[in-house]
Parts: sequence; C-alpha cells; structure tokens
Amino acid sequence: MKAETRVDPYAYLRHKKKFPNVWCAGCGIGIVLGAIIRAVDRIGWSRDDVAMISGIGCSGRMPVYVDFNTMHTTHGRALAFATGLKLARPDMHVIVVMGDGDALAIGGNHFIHAARRNIGLTAIVINNAIYGMTGGQYSPTTPEHMMTTTDPFGHIEPPFPVRALAEAAGASFVGCSTVYHARELDHIIEQALRKRGFSVVEAVSYCHTTFGRLNKLGTAVDMMRRLKEDSIPLERAREMPPEQLEGKIVRGVLVDRDIPEFTERYQKVIEMAQASVRG
Amino acid sequence: MTIRLMQGNLACAEGALAAGCRFYAGYPITPSSEIAEHLSRRLPELGGKFIQMEDEIASMAAIIGASVGGLKSMTATSGPGFSLMQENIGYAAMAEIPCVVVNVQRTGPSTGLPTSPAQGDMMQARWGTHGDHPIIALTPSSVREAFDLTAKAFAFSERYRTPVLLMMDEVIGHMREKVDLPEQVEVVERPGTDVPPEWYYPYEAPGTDVPPLMPFGMGFRYHITGLFHDRAGFPTERQDEIEPWIKRVNAKIERNLHDILLYQLDGVEGARTLVISYGGTARSARHAVAVARARRYKVGFINLQTIWPFPEEMLAEAAQGVRTVIVAEMNLGQIALEVERVVGRQKVRRVNRADGWLITPEEILAAIEER
Repeated sequence: MKAETRVDPYAYLRHKKKFPNVWCAGCGIGIVLGAIIRAVDRIGWSRDDVAMISGIGCSGRMPVYVDFNTMHTTHGRALAFATGLKLARPDMHVIVVMGDGDALAIGGNHFIHAARRNIGLTAIVINNAIYGMTGGQYSPTTPEHMMTTTDPFGHIEPPFPVRALAEAAGASFVGCSTVYHARELDHIIEQALRKRGFSVVEAVSYCHTTFGRLNKLGTAVDMMRRLKEDSIPLERAREMPPEQLEGKIVRGVLVDRDIPEFTERYQKVIEMAQASVRG
Repeated sequence: MTIRLMQGNLACAEGALAAGCRFYAGYPITPSSEIAEHLSRRLPELGGKFIQMEDEIASMAAIIGASVGGLKSMTATSGPGFSLMQENIGYAAMAEIPCVVVNVQRTGPSTGLPTSPAQGDMMQARWGTHGDHPIIALTPSSVREAFDLTAKAFAFSERYRTPVLLMMDEVIGHMREKVDLPEQVEVVERPGTDVPPEWYYPYEAPGTDVPPLMPFGMGFRYHITGLFHDRAGFPTERQDEIEPWIKRVNAKIERNLHDILLYQLDGVEGARTLVISYGGTARSARHAVAVARARRYKVGFINLQTIWPFPEEMLAEAAQGVRTVIVAEMNLGQIALEVERVVGRQKVRRVNRADGWLITPEEILAAIEER
C-alpha cells in the first residue's frame, strides 16, 4: 500500500461554483465522494480522462460537485449511458454512482447486464436502504420489519443481497464498506477502479433523515456508530457461523477475479471484421 | 453508381454509415431487426461499435452515452420499443445530445400486429416524451428515401444538436426495391470550439443557437443533466436561465425551417384537389393521383418527408384555391389533425386505415372522385 499522502480535495471539486451541496447535514454521500477523490488521486488519473455518471436520487447529485467529465442521467439508467460512453471511449475511466433504488429497482436490469457483460465500469452503489430524496419510501434493500413512509406496518419484502447479486451476475470485482470506514472505503474503491472488468463497490450509508427518524435510530452520529457496530471485516466473518452474520455488513473485497473485459473483446470483433473485409 | 436490389431497412443502415454513424445500440424487434443485424457486421468493419442492449430503454441511453463520447449514434426499434425510449429521447432533447432514432412502425397499440404496417406513432413522435421540447421527425416513402433521409437525420441531429426521429413503416422497412445509391452524402461533422476549456460553455456560444458540444475526454470538463441547467450545464431553478433555454432550443429549429422542412410537391399549382401523404401510403397516393389525372381531375400531390416540425406555411400556401385536401395515412387521422389545423376542417377529407392493411390506390382514388 502506497504511503498515505494528503489529497487536496479542492483540486477535484467545483468548489467555487457548486457548493454548498444538496445533501442533509450528516449524510454519508459526501464521504463516498471524498473516498472516490482519494482513490483517483492515488491512482494518478488525469481529471480529463475520468467520467462520473449518475442516475437520479440523492446520489445522483454527486457528479455536479466534482471536476471530471460529469453526467447526471435518468433514473436507473446511469449504467446504460455509461456503457455507451465506455464503448465509444474505452480509454476513459468511467465511474457510475447510484443509490440502491436507482441501481437495483428501476435500474436492476441494467445492473445485472452490465455485470454479465463485464464492461469496464466501476459501479458504486451507495446503499441507504431507502428512497431518501422522495421522502423515505421502501427500496429493494430495505431490511424486513423496518418502517418506511410506504410501510406503515413494517417492511414485508426481503432485501436484495447486493454483493451476492453482483457476484452471481458476473462482476469481476465486488467490494463493500461503509461511510464510517472512510479510509477502508477509498482503498476498496481504488482496487475497484484499477480492475479492468465490471467492478461493484457497495458503500453502506444510513439515511438518518428518513430511515433513522422513522425507525428511531437516533442522530446522524448514532447511525455512524451503528455502521461500526453492524459491520464485520471479511476475514473475521469467514470464521463466524452464518447465524451470527445475520443482518451484518461484511466489509472487504468479496470477489476479485479475472474475466475478459467487454470493450477489449469488442476490439477483437473489430479486428476480425476488418480482416474479413480485407479477405 | 451501382444499381442494387435493396431492402428499406438495409438502405437505412447504409445511409447511417454513409453519414458517419459509428455507434449502434438496440434491442431486437420486428420489423426493424434487419437494421441491427446489418450494422452488427458493418460497423466493426469500419471501426465502429455495435451493442445489443438489455432493452430499448438501455439502447436509447447507450446511444446518448456514445454520442457524448463523440460518436455519431443510432438506434432502431418499432412501436413497443419506441414507447420505452421516450424517457431518454426527452433526455437527449433536454441535454441537446445528437442522436438518431429509427422507428419502423407496426400496428399498435401495444404489441398490436408485429409484422403489419402502420403510421400510428406520428403523434407520439411529436409528443411522446413529457414536457415541451423541440423534435425533428422524417418519413421516407421509398428505399432510396430511406437511405437519403437517414443520412439527413444525422446531418440534422449534428447540425442542430437534437435527437432526430426517422419514422419508417413496415412497408418501407421490408420492401425491396431497385436503388442506385449516391457515392457520397452530405456529412455534417460536429463543430468544435476554438475557445480554451476554461471559457467553454456547453450551452451557450456567441452568435449561435447551437453551441458546439465537445466530447467527453478532451479536456473540457463540464456537466450534463436532464435538469434545467445554466450555460455551463449545472442545474438551475432560476427563471432568468430557464426561459432563455426554452427559447433557444425551440428557436434553433424554428429559425432553420428552410433547411429542415423536406417535401415533394407535384402538380400543386392550379389543383382543385390536393392529396397529402407520407411514408408507405405515399406510394398508393402517388398512383391514385396519376390515375385521377388520366381521368382529367386536377389533382396535386404532396409527399411529406419532414413531419415534425410541421410544414405549416408551405401547406397553407399549397391549399389556397384548393377545394378538397385529402390526407391518406395508416392511422385514424393523426397528421390529418395538423392539416385541418392549417387549412381548416371543412376542406379535409381523411383516408385512414389502422387494421394492418395498406391503403390502396383505389381507396384514395375514391376519395378524389367523391363529390
């Protein structure tokens, strides 16, 4: 691991133009943005070569604050926009930021197919277990029995296991951390960004404004503490029986495998097509 | 010049390539699939990219993404897929991203008649996506026109930074005709900018309604959004920024009608009856007009190639002194509404079919001869 050097966030932020941000005080999305910036800085990519694409929701507002090539698309479709951009410009580094509803409900189809295709994008799923921007309705990752503004009697659907879904769908890399573990998060994002194929990072960030309030989970700080208590590093989780892992966030790199990347494979299609024309 | 027997869908695909299309994303749907099949082979030959996406929503998103990456981009579909694409067609209109969407129309609503022709999506082409937005829609009536108008669609989309819809129908898509295709077509390259990145605004440039769109990854780091945005692309809720945007994006079409409006006039001067048609139906109309003229009826004919924006002034002028205006189309009267708006309801006689069958020359002839 490279020695930690301090990153100048102002070199990456549109700080003169777009701040303050839209997020609630105490929200973890800014921490995810910080982690992305530190990861990109350590890798040393030029800002000109990085694109950040988002969908709709609280997370969808992230690209506006960061000085990359940025695109705020439609709800759930960020990965599909990013697929077009990446195929047009395989040399660019394309980061896709989504919320859980964005990535897994309205965009669920695009998520599994981007993973199956193994296109070289990094999908960062900021999981707050709820639709924050629209007022706290249940999402595909809301745990059972929790209260939301559309669950007057508690949630009755099981949540998507984000990491297992990404792995089963074919992603090259799947990692997870929380906004409490900010340094760990940036190291996992760095590994994801360096991966050639489709990489997924789940960044758990509880929404204190809606989820916390409806479920009486305390303040933003209380919920940060809860992230620490609710999560276990992968190494430790491996030694624990499954029943003890119930409801826990397992942090770390869960999948890291080498699968041919889509745009590299497509380049071979171009070579074959051109060879067939030349005869 | 080579004379070939060619299908409309292939002519569309070749027209796209001739115009510089280098990216296609689509989802299989009859009667448009030949376009995808042809381009899956032809695009990589030219160093371009083809991808079959998981649905039409993703296809539309991918062509916008690729266009932002600097490639001329296209998708093709039919009614059900066109419905799914509406959301991101609106995004392309809002963010002013050039792209071409081909709709080889089949009979709807819903799954309808998958291999039967229709022209039932003409109003959807205008207002299918939510909100007020400019749009350009073209309609070919022959295999050669499928080639020419697809190339035109790219020219318009790049010149005016807007999605352009090519509204084919199953007749034109699947019909094979003898064509000789031009060696070259008008190719419009996306204009660049000579200002340095720190002075560049993706949504404002002096002296033009169409600011240049610099592709991502070239040092112009800016923001694109489907929200209302200021000149730099950042979200805004300020009326003094929203109002000029609405005016500009509509003006960029309205001020260029002389370039955008395409139509063919035939014997309009001195006509007592005017037949208006477009797409596959225009072929029956042309035949009916020829027969009527042989029977000494004074009949003029207009083949509309640009449907949106609607050629109001041309039509108002052509209809002067005309007793009856016949509008023939494979729907229950969509463009007839526009014609009625321009020439008055009393003059208009509609010839419609929406049962999956072509309108025959005899049906149009009967309307011409009706007193």
